[in-house]
Amino acid sequence: MREIDVQTISDAVRELCIRINYELSGDMQEALMKAAETETSELGGKILGILEENLKVAKEEQIPICQDTGMAVVFLEIGQEVHFTGGDLEEAVNRGVARGYTEGYLRKSVVRDPLDRVNTGDNTPAVIHYQIVQGDQVTITLAPKGFGSENMSRVCMLKPADGEEGVLNAIVSAVKEAGPNACPPVVVGVGIGGTFEKCALLAKKALTRPVGSTSGKPHIAELERKALERINELKIGPAGLGGRVTALAVQIETYPTHIAGLPVGINICCHVNRHIRTVI
Amino acid sequence: MEKHITLPLTNELVSSLQAGDMVYLTGIVYSARDAAHKRMIETLEKKEALPFDLKGQTIYYLGPTPAREGQVIGSAGPTTASRMDKYTPALLELGLKGMIGKGKRSPQVIDSMKKNHAVYFAAVGGAGALLSRQIRKSRVIAYEDLGTEAIREMYVEEFPVIVVIDAQGTDLYQRP
Repeated sequence: MREIDVQTISDAVRELCIRINYELSGDMQEALMKAAETETSELGGKILGILEENLKVAKEEQIPICQDTGMAVVFLEIGQEVHFTGGDLEEAVNRGVARGYTEGYLRKSVVRDPLDRVNTGDNTPAVIHYQIVQGDQVTITLAPKGFGSENMSRVCMLKPADGEEGVLNAIVSAVKEAGPNACPPVVVGVGIGGTFEKCALLAKKALTRPVGSTSGKPHIAELERKALERINELKIGPAGLGGRVTALAVQIETYPTHIAGLPVGINICCHVNRHIRTVI
Repeated sequence: MEKHITLPLTNELVSSLQAGDMVYLTGIVYSARDAAHKRMIETLEKKEALPFDLKGQTIYYLGPTPAREGQVIGSAGPTTASRMDKYTPALLELGLKGMIGKGKRSPQVIDSMKKNHAVYFAAVGGAGALLSRQIRKSRVIAYEDLGTEAIREMYVEEFPVIVVIDAQGTDLYQRP
């Protein structure tokens, strides 16, 4: 048994919120640089240049990369040997988010009720996903999600007979319909299998994978490659103004599913795909 | 074509703009997004006056991050315009001439833009740090309780945008 004070978790969450909103992870920076090399459209190339410059300015002048600093999505993988002390874990996470967004000059984008829409003033609550794993460590993955692209995401309950082609069509048509709204070049997180809610969660998790990594399953890795190729044939391009680079990556996670179903969750993320991880 | 324009927009200026033009705007723009639009429409329904006269003005669909000490504004890029579509024709009828955002507009908005001779610009989404440098002054003029969604009067200098939909209804996103 290992004791961890929830304040340690809270401090870590605060730190991650601030850090990831001012500097993208290395994998995303690299993916954007590679995109600029492959873009053939003049305007597309120019826009990718602007995005690179934006990242530089954000870091140097301490201005958030994007004004939509997101709703904080927190994945907590908690070792079953861990015993939390010092208070309520969920409160601690939310306290970390509130401090990160307030002290880090980040935007407060959360409303207390989806219909009465009063801003909570500190960007809480976060969306927290808990998973109990082996060991005595806690892994925190923070992925603040912007809603320009979140609004373009969807769940498709396909039929088993739709197969691989059906999955590909679902992914490509989601990106096509998102067009310029999702701030391309996008990263596409896909969850295939499980149930209605499981595929959506897998899609979100897929976005936190290092961009450019491929699935460990060869047939899924092949599907990722095919989907990316077909998306980039759409010629939506950077900012939706035409070009070769519409998506930087398609990342797919899978789970066993029911004999009657083929659920597909498609979570689109803009080029400010923020994800950061720490282990405590 | 590259153009440098001083706001407010006149009918002549709007006529000179075509989908695809790179435009650098200098002058006053007003920030307003979802909640401010909803409140403006409710104000109009109550037959009350809007916080600013829309005639010839340009609205920037923006909810910035808070400014640090010494900064005019925080990160300040465009938000998705289509969420404002429901409210937009009523504002165009009152003389709104320009909109800055990102993403597609509805056929109803495009029809109203043609009728009322207005233009829709896109700024580069996700480039809010860079774009904030072109905003030289900013003050909240209404709906302060909405926080980031308040209406701000902002003075921009050489603010870079692209004409996506012009007053003829030509839509750059619909290119072949």
